[in-house]
Amino acid sequence: MAAPLTVVLIVAVTVRACLFRSSLADLIAERVEVVSPLNAWKRVVEGLALLDLGVSPYSGDVFHETPLIIYLFHFLVDYAEITFMVSSLSSHIVLYCLLLSLIVTSCCLFVDRYLLNPFTVLSCVAKSTCGLNNAIVALFILSTIKKNALLSAIFLALSTYQSIYPVTLCAPAVLYLLQRQYIPVNVRWASFWWFLLQYAFMYLGSLFVIICLSFFLLGSWDYLPSVYGFILSVPDLTPNIGLFWYFFAEMFEHFRLFFLCVFQINVFFYTIPLSIKLKEHPVFLIFMQLAVISIFKSYPTVGDIALYMSFLPVWSHLHRFLRNIFLVSCVLLACSALFPVLWHLWIYSGSANSNFYYAITLLFNVAQILLVSDYFYAFLRREHHLTYGLYLKRKDGSEATLVLK
Amino acid sequence: MAARRNIPVGLLFILCSLTFLIATNTHETTSTSEHPDKAVNLPEKSTETGGQTTEQPAVEERQWEPTEFQEETVNDAAAEKQDATPPETTTTSAGAHPKDDFQEELVIRPLQSGDVYASFQFRTLWETDFMKGNKVSHYRLFPKSLGQVISKFSVRELHISFTQGYWRTMQWGQPFMPSPPGAELWVWFQDSVTDVDGTWKELTNVLSGIFCASLNFIDSTNTVQPSASFKPLGIGNVTDHRFLRYATLPREIVCTENLTPWKKLLPCGSKAGLAVLMKSEKLFHSSFHSQAVHIRPVCQDSECTTTSWELRQTLNVVFDLHTSGQGKREWSLFKMFSRTLTEACPLASSSKIYIDITDNPQGEQFELTPATHLLSQAVVLGDRRTFSVYDLTEANTFGSMRSLNLLIRWKSSEGDMLRPLLHAERYVAGYGLQTGEIHTLMYNYHPFRSFPILLLDSVPWYLRLYIHTLTVTSKGKDNKPSYIHYQPSKDRVRPHLLEMLVQLPPNSVTEVTVQFERALLKWTEYTPDPNHGFYVGSSVISALVPSMVAMDTNNTKERPLFSSFFPCKEESSYFVRIYTEPLLVNLPTPDFSMPYNVICLTCTVVAVGYGSLYNLLTRSFQIEEPNPRLAKRIANVIRRLRGVPPLA
Repeated sequence: MAAPLTVVLIVAVTVRACLFRSSLADLIAERVEVVSPLNAWKRVVEGLALLDLGVSPYSGDVFHETPLIIYLFHFLVDYAEITFMVSSLSSHIVLYCLLLSLIVTSCCLFVDRYLLNPFTVLSCVAKSTCGLNNAIVALFILSTIKKNALLSAIFLALSTYQSIYPVTLCAPAVLYLLQRQYIPVNVRWASFWWFLLQYAFMYLGSLFVIICLSFFLLGSWDYLPSVYGFILSVPDLTPNIGLFWYFFAEMFEHFRLFFLCVFQINVFFYTIPLSIKLKEHPVFLIFMQLAVISIFKSYPTVGDIALYMSFLPVWSHLHRFLRNIFLVSCVLLACSALFPVLWHLWIYSGSANSNFYYAITLLFNVAQILLVSDYFYAFLRREHHLTYGLYLKRKDGSEATLVLK
Repeated sequence: MAARRNIPVGLLFILCSLTFLIATNTHETTSTSEHPDKAVNLPEKSTETGGQTTEQPAVEERQWEPTEFQEETVNDAAAEKQDATPPETTTTSAGAHPKDDFQEELVIRPLQSGDVYASFQFRTLWETDFMKGNKVSHYRLFPKSLGQVISKFSVRELHISFTQGYWRTMQWGQPFMPSPPGAELWVWFQDSVTDVDGTWKELTNVLSGIFCASLNFIDSTNTVQPSASFKPLGIGNVTDHRFLRYATLPREIVCTENLTPWKKLLPCGSKAGLAVLMKSEKLFHSSFHSQAVHIRPVCQDSECTTTSWELRQTLNVVFDLHTSGQGKREWSLFKMFSRTLTEACPLASSSKIYIDITDNPQGEQFELTPATHLLSQAVVLGDRRTFSVYDLTEANTFGSMRSLNLLIRWKSSEGDMLRPLLHAERYVAGYGLQTGEIHTLMYNYHPFRSFPILLLDSVPWYLRLYIHTLTVTSKGKDNKPSYIHYQPSKDRVRPHLLEMLVQLPPNSVTEVTVQFERALLKWTEYTPDPNHGFYVGSSVISALVPSMVAMDTNNTKERPLFSSFFPCKEESSYFVRIYTEPLLVNLPTPDFSMPYNVICLTCTVVAVGYGSLYNLLTRSFQIEEPNPRLAKRIANVIRRLRGVPPLA
């Protein structure tokens, strides 16, 4: 198993190094699909420049990274490319370990899904800090699967600190850890509550420590509205691949708050029903949560999509139950190609307008929703087949078809 | 109506009655006070200012003095106390008596390009105190509307300008009063003001009403607090820029409705004096038009024992006679303004016309009629200029026709203009609607002296500046600014403010570039013509430019108004403020016609996501029990009706 890993690593590093050195890097770093106002490298550099000028980076509306990121790059700004490459590779290795621990079958074909995924490569070359968030999430998943509750809580707190939304991942983490400790999810069991309390304490404690640390680094709470307020209230309508930008650019002013709440709740809303439905399968729940976050978050980039897509090889056993994977992959590929084309038509040549780009983001999101729901369907169907057998028969002995009722 | 009357000097009784008429008339137009006789104190100042007024006929002067002084004191006493007992109060109220003075001036500078630059300046000086809860209710020459604004909003300095067109420095040289295209307003508040932003908001709304301008569009998104570029021009040493507000509206259109209220602030209105020349149909048919109001406290004397408020109203206009004329290069007052001058404003202590003849010492370039032998030299903008002076307070200026129509006839178009030492221009580089780069070029044409300049840029929030991309280069080398004050923007709250101190090397071009990103706005935030683009106000460059000749540092000395606006601290340099072009930047626009469609479509996609997940979450898999086909079902219904057993 080590040989393919090494090969993939070498190839991945070569690809990234070549792109970093080529003129494409600047082009990629400007792409709205790859970087968002939240994680653009240009804005990190701007934040550092503001810090050098003696201006608080949060006094303006350009910089929205967390204080820890700015202090990280305060020291690493000259080694940014290496940092992003390392974060990209580390998340790959983590995911690789994950795959090994999850599926025993050899799946060499799929291990390079994350590392050679063009979305990941683009995100890494653009030096989007999304790569760092992905690495943290990957570490969180690994520590959860390695049954280390403390590390899991710390990494979860870190990723929550970076971009709020991963807070929904606490449900699968708790479910997984409970499952591994053979504690039933039952409200009448004291040990269940005891574990829940422990995990909550570790999670909230580390979150508290991180937030206070950021406060002491900058000496002010300015970063809270500038980072989390920015994520939740979506003031920056720069086009991206998500659903928010055009919707809120065209929104009637008096409905803005209402729809903002509806759209933001949408991300957190699925946690409880999904956890109930998938309480036996926390790893799939993690996948579902990541997908929901990346579809419905306020400033999504292709880096977020790459993260949940890297899980797809784990569910290779579901492929026979997928209904429209061909259509969906075609749409996703076509959309990925059309994004730059329609962007060029709108922004540069002026021969199209914003609706063109918007239409593509809509289609792209529909395709993502179909992909996720298809995998969910396949997963549920497989569970059914595991219980009732693969070839179902009707009462009269003829071949039966399975429907959702 | 008063302007049409001529005062015969010899006839004493006619003079008395007529001037009384004029005075009461002006009192009505300026609407100063309730006491009609209060306004009859006009030439009181003339004895103190000496200079020009002593040249007036002695009969007239002596005629005015005694009657006038008495009336004045009576009024003051009446204003202070309600009982009118002159003998007791005369001595006490004489000290607190508000002394005011009005001067008017027109400078005409024939430009090398064939254009003519005319600059009007009107100055009202008033020795009073608006501050410290002092309720000023007695207004004479100073407009009451502005006086009330000053005292209500605790304004220490107020500068407002409305400009149509762009001043072409390289063709026309430096203007006497620089101003950016559109409207500009900057105000220093007294340090007693606690809520500066609130006061500023109210003030802009009030000024908007006074000047009939869209100053009410000044809000926090276009207001900045420059830290170094705008220092108080009057006295006072408070330089805490918390009390300074600066805003420009580069899109503001200036027209007649702004000129009319501006003219009404003059003591004589547009009925007498130089202001009769201001006919809007001519003033706005020009290449450049700028009108301004400057209010500041100034020293009365060199020791600064007494301070007074100065209201300076200026109007600068450049007539493009060469292209619009009939091929002849000649102009006259009548051709420019469609009026001639018949008298000075009776309330003015000095009323003069200066014609710049520096380039024309022997009359080889143009011919000036009627000729005058009164010459004046003034050091203005680092250069010693010679002017022909026409004193309108002297009757013989108007000649036998009793009207003055200055005429300049060009003889040759040769000769070159003195190139200004400092020049700046600005443009947006880049293509597409995503990013861009602002380039500011600053030219120092001085052959051997370098000098520092202060550059101020106020960029709206929707062009997101990236300060780390700021480069300053001169002569191909990096020129690091010695001072940078940068305030990043906040979306929908405040603009970017960039101020820096740059040393311009001699005979060089310094280029400042900074990249920006264009934001997509909410559809309601666009202007009604979004594809026209968005204006970015001019950069302001303030500099102490090395002077060719020694500057006059005595600020209190009697000088022509056009050379005395910016205080001069040292002899070797003079202060210049220049404005670059405003920028017009396109932003990406959403489709304004389909908010409903967008809301529906996006909600549909969210609903698809919700629906498919809901479907999978709430339902479970079951074996499908086959439904009979539709035809069979219909047939069974019919069979049941017929009472026949249904099909299997």
